[in-house]
Amino acid sequence: MRTKEYGMITDFKRSRVGQLVAVLAVATILHGAPVRADEPLPGGTLHLAAPYGSALSSLDPHATYESQDMVVSKALHRALYTWDSANNVPALDLAASVEQSADGKTFTYKLLDNVYFHNGRKMTVDDVIWSYTRIMDPAKGYAGSTNLANIVGASDVLDGKATVISGLTKIDDLTFSVTFKNFVDPGTLFYEAITAILPQEEVAKPEFASQPVGLGPFKFVEHVEGSRIVVEKFDKYFKPGKPYADRIEFVITDDYSALDVAFRAGELDATVLNSNAYQLYTADPDLSKGLIEVSEVFTRHMGMNTEVAPFDDVRVRQAINYAFDRDLIIEKLLKNKAFKATGWLPATSPGFDATRTPYAYDPEKAKALLAEAGLADGFTVEVSVTEGGLELLQAMQPFLAAIGITATAKVLESNVLVDSIDAGEAVAWLRSAGTGPDPIAALRCFDSRVSRGGCNTTAFKDPAYDAMLDEAAATQDPAKRIELIKAADGYIFDQAPVWFNNYNKAVVATQPWVHGVDANATEAAILEVDSIWLDATAPDRQ
Amino acid sequence: MTAGVAVLRRHPRQSSFFLTKGRASMLSMILRRLVQSLITVGVVVTLIFVLFSVIPGNFATSKANEKRTIDPKVLERIEQQLHLNDPIPVRFANYLSGLAVGDLGNSFATERPVTDMLQGRIFASFKLACAAIFFAVVVGLPLGFLAAVKQGTWMDTSAMVLAVSGLSIPGFWFGLLMMYLFSLTLGWLPTFGYGDGNGDLRHLVLPALTLGIAPMALLARTTRAAVLETMGADFIRTARSKGMTERRVVFRHMARNAFVLVLTTIGLQFGSMLGGSVVIEKLFAWPGVGSFLIQSVSVRDIPAVQGCILVIVLFFLIINTLVDIAYLAIDPRIRLR
Repeated sequence: MRTKEYGMITDFKRSRVGQLVAVLAVATILHGAPVRADEPLPGGTLHLAAPYGSALSSLDPHATYESQDMVVSKALHRALYTWDSANNVPALDLAASVEQSADGKTFTYKLLDNVYFHNGRKMTVDDVIWSYTRIMDPAKGYAGSTNLANIVGASDVLDGKATVISGLTKIDDLTFSVTFKNFVDPGTLFYEAITAILPQEEVAKPEFASQPVGLGPFKFVEHVEGSRIVVEKFDKYFKPGKPYADRIEFVITDDYSALDVAFRAGELDATVLNSNAYQLYTADPDLSKGLIEVSEVFTRHMGMNTEVAPFDDVRVRQAINYAFDRDLIIEKLLKNKAFKATGWLPATSPGFDATRTPYAYDPEKAKALLAEAGLADGFTVEVSVTEGGLELLQAMQPFLAAIGITATAKVLESNVLVDSIDAGEAVAWLRSAGTGPDPIAALRCFDSRVSRGGCNTTAFKDPAYDAMLDEAAATQDPAKRIELIKAADGYIFDQAPVWFNNYNKAVVATQPWVHGVDANATEAAILEVDSIWLDATAPDRQ
Repeated sequence: MTAGVAVLRRHPRQSSFFLTKGRASMLSMILRRLVQSLITVGVVVTLIFVLFSVIPGNFATSKANEKRTIDPKVLERIEQQLHLNDPIPVRFANYLSGLAVGDLGNSFATERPVTDMLQGRIFASFKLACAAIFFAVVVGLPLGFLAAVKQGTWMDTSAMVLAVSGLSIPGFWFGLLMMYLFSLTLGWLPTFGYGDGNGDLRHLVLPALTLGIAPMALLARTTRAAVLETMGADFIRTARSKGMTERRVVFRHMARNAFVLVLTTIGLQFGSMLGGSVVIEKLFAWPGVGSFLIQSVSVRDIPAVQGCILVIVLFFLIINTLVDIAYLAIDPRIRLR
């Protein structure tokens, strides 16, 4: 166990570490091999957090869509793509190359020739095809089936009409092609663990659910359910020299207070922070140095049921957006752990329009819009929230009262709130929505052909908007496509089916001895663990 | 109140009669307890099943969380796969038929048998409960005894201040304080976790102290009250008048009689620890039944919830039955009723 307090690290360095560094320096001079401070140092055990819940849902990556499970899956499994946090785009992972056909709908992949599963068997195209076919199993409800549904013939498998996905073609053991029904960016569909490539013979074993086998940088060692999971370096991992660490110990917890203490005590190398801890860490000269901030692809908003009065009137919805001083809310309530929203698509989305002006705090304009809508005397609205959202609603109530709107809270358990929204019973609600990385998929949440359960929670219906989205989806030229996406996002911004509150600012705190931690906009807690390394000052190396 | 002394002077010719009657009484009590337990378990199992079947949301809808939207068709498939749309009586009958042969079903989330998942959890929770009750007894019992014997002195006041504090302070807050003190400030113990394999003592200390603080305080207060009541009893005065040493009076008569009430407190506290340790287990990332239960409730994993509650109820019933048996051993008057 590592028990050194963060603030004592400098003293620690001066003592034993100082001696160790001196010895290493002498050894280096004698051997004539310079060691650069920024050169990854192999070895050591990483101590990381798998936050958000008190237990993992499943170790089968196809069977779970929980962020917490994906944190661990990143160590054990790999998909065709991975998320390149540095460039904020999906990047090929298991394939050496991909070629797009002239019509833009078929992608031919050449897999890497050195990818092995943890059982020692080499991965081939058959594993890719088997894994994708498994995801479309009609008897199961795998979340990845939504991602794969755009492949020609995939829906037939899901509907039980076929047993093979016709759009997947094996060319040879390392080459295959995928044909899509529409223009898509396959990277945004195939980078998450829900589309991981798995070994059929291991999945067939009953113990796979508790002792997973994948082709990630680390292989499974131990899982104490509800407490921790341990993985160790896989020597046949396909990326030369990686992973750097010998072992990772994930602690499984959703208690931010305990994570804070453990991090300060030096027991964790990195952890995500909540808004309270963020405020404390930014104020601390030592702790603030290791903070990694990223605008995650989640948009916090107040959804409004556009099918019922008064939110069926765009002027009322716009009035709501003019009613709030969001800067004040972000500063005081969210402790600056948020970015002001200027649309549905977040700052890290390729479709984000940095030139768009956000709704100003203008209560007079809000009142004028309400008066135009015949609601000069205001109205009363019941806002559905979970316990966690109540504080935000309480902060919103005075702003709404200032323009004549009386907002009352209806506190619901999370599952009940979802049911209430999907059934069209909720009039207004506070939620956060995933808005990336695929911008078109995110904007489909206002497509009139999408049901409430399918994510059009506000039941927004506008054929003009649907057409804009369809045009963007059918456009092959990337630059033009992005412009169309921005225009669609701007249209939704004007129509305001939601109050655009903020984009989540995710913060990962890292210790001074940890390097290579990426800022993953799709989910900050999911780290590219094969690139993280510990320098010589890490307590684990003492 | 001379019975306390009387039972210590059992007539030799009455011994076999009393022993036979005692055994019969014990057997009858165990049988009665068994029937009561079966009824209790049946009621609890039915209530939980009905409750989770009628409240809004199910395992499938819980998957559609704030961060990720899942296609409604996928959710429909999950519901079909798990038979969530089957009529409640059909599902309940399936559950009961499995329960009858010791099969608690498969967890919706992991698709693994709930019995397998519970095994490690029960061990971890039991270990934590034992450590916590050990701490409570070792500290609370002498503290309460001392406070009673030294009634009105600074020791009594200090002990009771400690007891009231222990009862008042929320377990979650006390746990955080323990973390700050022993992990962050002193660096003596790990903040959270279970340790390697079957766990280790260093990881057990903080959660056990946190879980044991309230029972310790309650035990101290109960012990003090019980001892004070016994101190004024006739048989104590009789014992003293017979010239017994104070040590013998205290330990042989006073402690033994006071212990019946104390044992009730220990039994109730120990029995409720499995279910009462939810917050502590969550705080310390302790892999017990409590944290499993709360996780399962949040995702509507009904088989897992039912399994956890069944374990918690059974544990409570078993402990209380054992306490009842212990009464008979400690206080022969109960055997004779």
